[in-house]
Amino acid sequence: MLTEADIQNATVELLRKAVVKLPKDVEDAIRKAYASETDEVPKMQLKAIVDNIDLALKGNTPMCQDTGVTIFYVTLPRECKVNVEKGIVEGVRRATKEVPLRPNAVHPLTRKNPGDNVGERMPFINWKLHDQDYIEMTVMTKGAGSENMSALAMLTPSSGIKGIKEFALNTLLRAGSNPCPPTIIGMGIGGSSDIAMKLAKEALLRPIDVRHKDPEIAKLETDLYEAINMLGIGPMGLGGKTTMLGLNIEYAFCHTASLPVAINVQCWAGRRATVRISPDGTMKYPTHER
Amino acid sequence: MPKRLKIPLAENDVRGLKLGETVYLDGVVLTGRDEVHIHALEYHEKGKQLPVDFKGAALFHCGPIMRKVGDKWEVVAAGPTTSSRMNSLEPQFIEKFRPGAIIGKGGMSQPTIDAMKKFGCVYLAITGGAAVLAAKGIKSVSGVEWFELGMPEAIWIMNAENFGPLTVAIDASGNSLYAAVNSKIKENEVKAREKLGLK
Repeated sequence: MLTEADIQNATVELLRKAVVKLPKDVEDAIRKAYASETDEVPKMQLKAIVDNIDLALKGNTPMCQDTGVTIFYVTLPRECKVNVEKGIVEGVRRATKEVPLRPNAVHPLTRKNPGDNVGERMPFINWKLHDQDYIEMTVMTKGAGSENMSALAMLTPSSGIKGIKEFALNTLLRAGSNPCPPTIIGMGIGGSSDIAMKLAKEALLRPIDVRHKDPEIAKLETDLYEAINMLGIGPMGLGGKTTMLGLNIEYAFCHTASLPVAINVQCWAGRRATVRISPDGTMKYPTHER
Repeated sequence: MPKRLKIPLAENDVRGLKLGETVYLDGVVLTGRDEVHIHALEYHEKGKQLPVDFKGAALFHCGPIMRKVGDKWEVVAAGPTTSSRMNSLEPQFIEKFRPGAIIGKGGMSQPTIDAMKKFGCVYLAITGGAAVLAAKGIKSVSGVEWFELGMPEAIWIMNAENFGPLTVAIDASGNSLYAAVNSKIKENEVKAREKLGLK
């Protein structure tokens, strides 16, 4: 029987894996970018990033001091009897000490920091159910430098695909050097204001080398990716070929009178990790098996 | 050849740094971000003494991950935070406390660049997210002030050795690498818009 302690242990291990080692698709894209840059300044920035990836793995240390706020995506079997929420909360507390993570979660007005990354609605958990017998938990440890560059536009339907492109281009120009480029961009199109923002973040959960199954969306992903990489913002905004490592879009049907578009900006350190917990307690980490 | 400079930084050394040059630092590095800027300026207004001296200092826009081992603090990861968040307070901070260098990522706005020029300060860029690499240049931690602000927001007093590589991204003559990149981006934007079928 699976217990709350199992969930707690899985949460600590999941957070450790997320902050120490990048998923393969992100690491591959960074190494490819490093090989492709020819000018000294961008090459030096990407060398620091590549060296840092290696050092973090060697020392089992968080690659970046900003280990984010903890946002979870959890899918439960319909008959789940374990208190997964409590396991996650206690797991976050333990991981903050044990990994360690930086205590980032503060009260939004008083800015008081309890020191354990736990507070009102934090960790934040997105819930789903499925017909499988295992629990799947994904965590994204995303820094604020990139999150602060995120944006929402409630476009008119008449502005169409051009309006979406315009908004994406302007958002990335405004973000410039701030979000630790080369970035990964998650876009949410449709739904409503809140759904679009949620989809934009969820888009970052898909590997960046996988295009959307809808060919229209896939084409928009590729067009925006190529155009934004023409800007020359470069690694850390100091110029260069690589401004973006990937761009993923998710969509939802929306009201006939709306066109919500949301952008979630992710720094180069696209940290995400997934664990599958079987009923017998076996844990598998599909994002980190290599 | 990259330059190696000692902290506290002498104004001559600071003014001698050229745009794009690579620098390594030795000496005490002080962290300070949003809350340190707010509190330091409040202290100054009330005529209260700060717990550290920022004169000639290397102010690092950084909220590190620290670990207490016995009674000593150790650095786990210490990369830069986004400097532009400090844009509104940095000109005053430079005027009142006179740091010799600000270490961060992403660059800073024109009023800060002007203050740097006026008071002799440079902006040194360090690779964002490369926090383990940066921590290699921190040999020990001699203390922490304003810890009640929380681990990321406190003033960490770090002893750096060969801390870098740092790129002179804004010099003390008002030049900025980001400005040079921005004018290129403006040119490139035209091509990107064309590709997307936008005007």
